[in-house]
Amino acid sequence: MDAATWGLIIATFVACFVEMVEATTIVMAMGYTRSWKSALLGTLAALGALAVVTVFAGYALATFLPESALQLAIGGLLLIFGLQWLRKAILRSSGRKAVHDEAAIYKEEVAAAKAAGKSTGSVDMFSFMVSFKGVFLEGMEVVFIVITFGLNADNIPGASAGALAAVAVVLVIAIALRRPLSMINENLLKYGVGLLLATFGTYWAVEGIGIFRGDHESLDWPGHDLALIGLLIAWLVLSRVFVAVLKTPAAPAAPADVVVEAKK
Amino acid sequence: MKFLKSFGQFWYDFIIGDDWKIAVAVVLALVALYVAMTVELFGDTGLTLLGGVLLVVAFAISLAIDVRPKKR
Repeated sequence: MDAATWGLIIATFVACFVEMVEATTIVMAMGYTRSWKSALLGTLAALGALAVVTVFAGYALATFLPESALQLAIGGLLLIFGLQWLRKAILRSSGRKAVHDEAAIYKEEVAAAKAAGKSTGSVDMFSFMVSFKGVFLEGMEVVFIVITFGLNADNIPGASAGALAAVAVVLVIAIALRRPLSMINENLLKYGVGLLLATFGTYWAVEGIGIFRGDHESLDWPGHDLALIGLLIAWLVLSRVFVAVLKTPAAPAAPADVVVEAKK
Repeated sequence: MKFLKSFGQFWYDFIIGDDWKIAVAVVLALVALYVAMTVELFGDTGLTLLGGVLLVVAFAISLAIDVRPKKR
């Protein structure tokens, strides 16, 4: 396998891993507090909906857009999406933004589950809907990453394999531990995903500008896939510079800015 | 109508997220690259390197604006 394929699999694996950890926290809170049956039904329904979205969106994009347009449109979206992650990671690493904490989120979900009224039917709609929404929304980010990476790298199976491997690993850990996976350094993982998304997004968005040339041919990076390494280093250096500079606050931060984050 | 509004809001939150300045920075950098390509400023190698630099600088500026000290 070449470097780009490995990058693809690693990026989708880590991105999916992070999102799965977050979704698992919500489903566990519903399962332990209210109803495992309803929480798992909500999870399955969300996974089914995500599969349908993946197939339709992937087919439509692959069928109707020429290669360079795909690179520009999807590379641009991936870049904006990835830079949002990178921005949050920089702000968290420098202490300017609340750190994501699965244990706090779990407590909050449990409190909400206990406060909700009791269900009368065979399916507890509260557990079902909260699990469905949690898995669907977290999963949409994974679907977006799998489709964009997979189509642009022309390797949907590779991107899907990375995502499915992450689902399997998180499920095994969650079943073994039977508690929220708060020991995982999600913020560090998100930092890594942000860097990878920014790297691949830059590569493809710049290539895709070639759609506006007379021949509609993509621009060629020097060294082709090797340019990805240069881009990754550039984003890493920039982010470390920002973290180093921002760690010395220009003004005293308000306490509310740095409390532990319990919601996304 | 309500569905369309919610649908649009979902995608706005999903892609634009907390900071719209990043999307603006990316679009401006790509527009600048398009202009450079249209006037044939460089060949492919120069254009791709320029694109990379423009995107990194645009993100740096948007983040610098985001974290600048606020006036009280």
